[in-house]
Amino acid sequence: MPDFLLEIGCEEIPARMIDAASQELRDRVVALLSRERLSGGEVTRFDTPRRLAVMAAGIAASQADINEHLTGPSVNVAYKNGQPTPAAHAFAKKAGVEVAELERITTPKGEYVAAKVTKKGRSAAEILAEGLPKELSTIYWPKNMYWRKPNERFVRPVRWLVAMLDEETIPLEFDSIRAGKTSRGHRILSNVTVTIPAAGLVYVDSLRRAHVLGREEREHQIRKGLDAATRTVAGARWREDKALLDTVVNLTEFPTAILGTFDQQFLVLPEEVLVTVMRDHQKYFAVEDANGKLAPHFLAVLNTNGDPQGLIRHGHERVLRARFNDARFFWETDQKRSLLERLDSLKHVTFQKDLGSYFDKTQRVQRLCSWLSEVLKQGEVAVRPGVIHKAACLAKTDLTTELVKEFTELQGIVGGLYARAQQLDPTLPEATRLAIADAVYDHYKPESTEDDVPRSLEGAVLSIGDKADTIAGMFALGLVPSGSKDPFALRRQANGIVKIIAERKLPLRLSELMRDARSGYHRSQAEKKFIAGEKFSESIATFFRERLEFYLKEVCGYAYDVVKAVMNADADDVVDAVQRAEALKQVLHMPEFQAIGAACKRMRNILRQAAEKGIEPAARFQLIPQSADEEKMLAAYLERTGPRVEADRSRKEYLPALLLLATAREPIDRFFDKVMVMVEDEHVRANRLALLRTVLKEFSTIADFSEMVTEGKA
Amino acid sequence: MNPSSSNPLTFQELILRLQTFWAERGCVLQQPYDVEVGAGTMAPETFLRVLGPKPYKVAYVQPSRRPADGRYGENPNRLFKHMQLQVILKPPPENVQELYLESLAAIGIDLRLHDIKFEEDNWEAPTLSAWGVGWQVMLDGLEITQFTYFQQCGGVDLLPISAELTYGLERICAFLQDVDSIYDIVWARDPETGSVVKYGDIRLADELQFSVYNFEAADVEKTWEHFRLYEAECKALIDRLGVSEKAWQPETGAGKEVAAKTKNVPELTRFPVLAAYDLCLKCSHLFNILDARGAISVTERVGVIARVRALAVGIAKAWVDQQKADLPASPDEPEPAQKKPQKNEKLVPAAI
Repeated sequence: MPDFLLEIGCEEIPARMIDAASQELRDRVVALLSRERLSGGEVTRFDTPRRLAVMAAGIAASQADINEHLTGPSVNVAYKNGQPTPAAHAFAKKAGVEVAELERITTPKGEYVAAKVTKKGRSAAEILAEGLPKELSTIYWPKNMYWRKPNERFVRPVRWLVAMLDEETIPLEFDSIRAGKTSRGHRILSNVTVTIPAAGLVYVDSLRRAHVLGREEREHQIRKGLDAATRTVAGARWREDKALLDTVVNLTEFPTAILGTFDQQFLVLPEEVLVTVMRDHQKYFAVEDANGKLAPHFLAVLNTNGDPQGLIRHGHERVLRARFNDARFFWETDQKRSLLERLDSLKHVTFQKDLGSYFDKTQRVQRLCSWLSEVLKQGEVAVRPGVIHKAACLAKTDLTTELVKEFTELQGIVGGLYARAQQLDPTLPEATRLAIADAVYDHYKPESTEDDVPRSLEGAVLSIGDKADTIAGMFALGLVPSGSKDPFALRRQANGIVKIIAERKLPLRLSELMRDARSGYHRSQAEKKFIAGEKFSESIATFFRERLEFYLKEVCGYAYDVVKAVMNADADDVVDAVQRAEALKQVLHMPEFQAIGAACKRMRNILRQAAEKGIEPAARFQLIPQSADEEKMLAAYLERTGPRVEADRSRKEYLPALLLLATAREPIDRFFDKVMVMVEDEHVRANRLALLRTVLKEFSTIADFSEMVTEGKA
Repeated sequence: MNPSSSNPLTFQELILRLQTFWAERGCVLQQPYDVEVGAGTMAPETFLRVLGPKPYKVAYVQPSRRPADGRYGENPNRLFKHMQLQVILKPPPENVQELYLESLAAIGIDLRLHDIKFEEDNWEAPTLSAWGVGWQVMLDGLEITQFTYFQQCGGVDLLPISAELTYGLERICAFLQDVDSIYDIVWARDPETGSVVKYGDIRLADELQFSVYNFEAADVEKTWEHFRLYEAECKALIDRLGVSEKAWQPETGAGKEVAAKTKNVPELTRFPVLAAYDLCLKCSHLFNILDARGAISVTERVGVIARVRALAVGIAKAWVDQQKADLPASPDEPEPAQKKPQKNEKLVPAAI
């Protein structure tokens, strides 16, 4: 039961790709071992920027032999007068046994000759040498390359391979490199080759001696280093940043952390700018003081064992100083032209090649936001027109600033900061100006499902208007996201719209919002390339349905049958859908609804089957002499209760409406117990079908109960 | 002064050291190309030489002009024209990263006292229809080099590929000398008097005046006109090649005889692809000026880039064809020349 080790030595793998590739390689090795009947003990992975490795403990040295019976011709054919015929000889030859060794077996079809053969298991070394190259070459990389031959591809050039079973090398070759026992240590600290004595944990120990640590050890060492470096400043804490930590873990083989300092004077720049420079551009952790305020320090993670002379710290401080100086320079330069003066320059900034410039977009979003404000006003939500109009006008002007050109991730935020710092219009009251600034600042939010929605109503409307304009334009051009292809992040933007509407409880209907957004392109150049309006509405509806479903399920956590039931009734009004889902969730456990769910399914099936046979329900239910008692009772119940349910429903009081509906269980159950719907008498049948149709319709205005998962019944 | 080196290199010593380093490793030392380019990659020593099968190793300094990056000499870290030291290794030797690190040692950087990282950075130039993958090399948090494995250039898949090392000379020198402004870099030091000439003494006027020209003074209409003329000239050359390779026979009366004797090859070799490429570079630079000048509208922009790209792609194709014509023996086989182990063991090509 030898241990197996595979290490691919590579030039620096992009940090963002290491985890997924390493996991995939491990999974592939597990699958290969299992497929080839070689599985043994635990399979673990080991990865650094310069290597992906997999270790499998105690795998089979070779496949077990397989004994099997090959069935040949029937005995009658194989023997004539007790002597083997040519058919018997041919079969024995094919099976690789002597004719004398042939056996007889009895099958349901009669007696046959058979040969017992042993399929010799192949050695693990042979199988792995043969199978691994294919596994290595099919690892998924977001971007790969060739360096020798176009058909030899990997994420970066492969420079060495280690493949071993215990102390033995596996004769593996990949991308023209032969596997051996020789690995490499840390580039600078142990720039030597490392001979791996054997597969197994000794591999990890050998590398550790050569200043190469595994992922968990690196993370631990970084956290320890960050803590220790931060302790040198009284009361200071480093800001936890998981994404940044993952990055620096995968940029190092032997990490240490150092604390650097920057000039206090830079603290006059907005914290957003300083943190972005440190985190996104320099991969530094920010440090805050005891009050949570940014401190004039940073933490850098090095790929070496220390900085005894302070040279590295000095270098990092120098770079950061230049970066901050740049940022300050950009900030000051940008103030020479106000945001308002920049509006015209947006004509030179492309939004999308067919959809025109950001100037065009600004005008559309402004109109759309005014329109949305009107709609909201009818729903008694008051948007301050002076705020939204100006905010929409200025929202994109920061794209022309030096600061955003340099730090694109700060778009919106910079606009907000500048709007705050500049006197936009002397006639504006201070509060209005600040409200405008906040709306601009927030208008890219939420950037993810976890991110907050804009703080103000105007920010929310601007964010919706901006996103709806983009989605409408792209969909109208037919640029619809599919599968993993969503280059304009339209899904994320649509998720943002749904989240804002839901959390701010805005009375907006998605279809109307998107129709209005599309009409913003009316009479533009782009319109010539647009798809037909109907096709647009259809694809938009499908798209937003998925987004709403995602929101209800993944963000709100409603069960899938609740979501489906609610969305079948209506999927256009987000706030309403959330309210109905919440009410439904609360009554779901009641036995009445379990029964009603089953009954609704039954009604739907009866109506569908009738329709399939071409049987029409009556135009409306009427009391006729043949009406059964239970039928009359159900109709009476409906007449009595229907208006009350509807009254609750129209006030969006869904819980009372549903509780009222629960009382329908009894008349419905009795109806189905006693009354046969699909009777011979056409008149009676059509009348009963009409009753069912009415019941189902009245019941489905809040949720489609037939979608609910009921216990015990299909 | 950077404490890592008691006697940091001057700007010109830095150049000399790097050139010497790469010359000792078999590179041809070329001189800067004398047409405006936005990057060392655009010089024909890179753009054209990476195409086709012929192995090549070259190093050169390339002043690179980016009109929109001008800051009137007021920003200590930004320049309209910066200097790159460009190294092309075709094909890349197996130890190309180690060679690169040795070159840092050659300019006085003791890597045991510093932090070096190779961080993902993939390069793409839409105007040249070129791309590659690689890293930005970070030294104590400072990006000092772009390291790229070219995959495609002028729309042509490369075989063999080339490794491109682009050293940012101003940054490296400011690091070595530990100065905060590019303009404070010591460019030259008189060995006898010890008096120094600084980067600012030599370059500050360029930065100011070209910023004024590129942002304010360039006549938009005339610049457009220049663009159109260069483009037309370049396109005419490429089109003439497209019509017939024989279009390039000598214009003297002896033309027919020459053509008959030597079939197509000499005519194709005569095709002035290098001149066409100069014209294409002119277009690219004029586009950059117009862009800096804010004279290119949204609708025009994509179109103009596509026009320059069309020229670059046409030239790349012509160059490849010409190389094939020049190499009648084994036009697609780079191996033979590479099989012999070379004297310097460090430079064993990846192909072996």
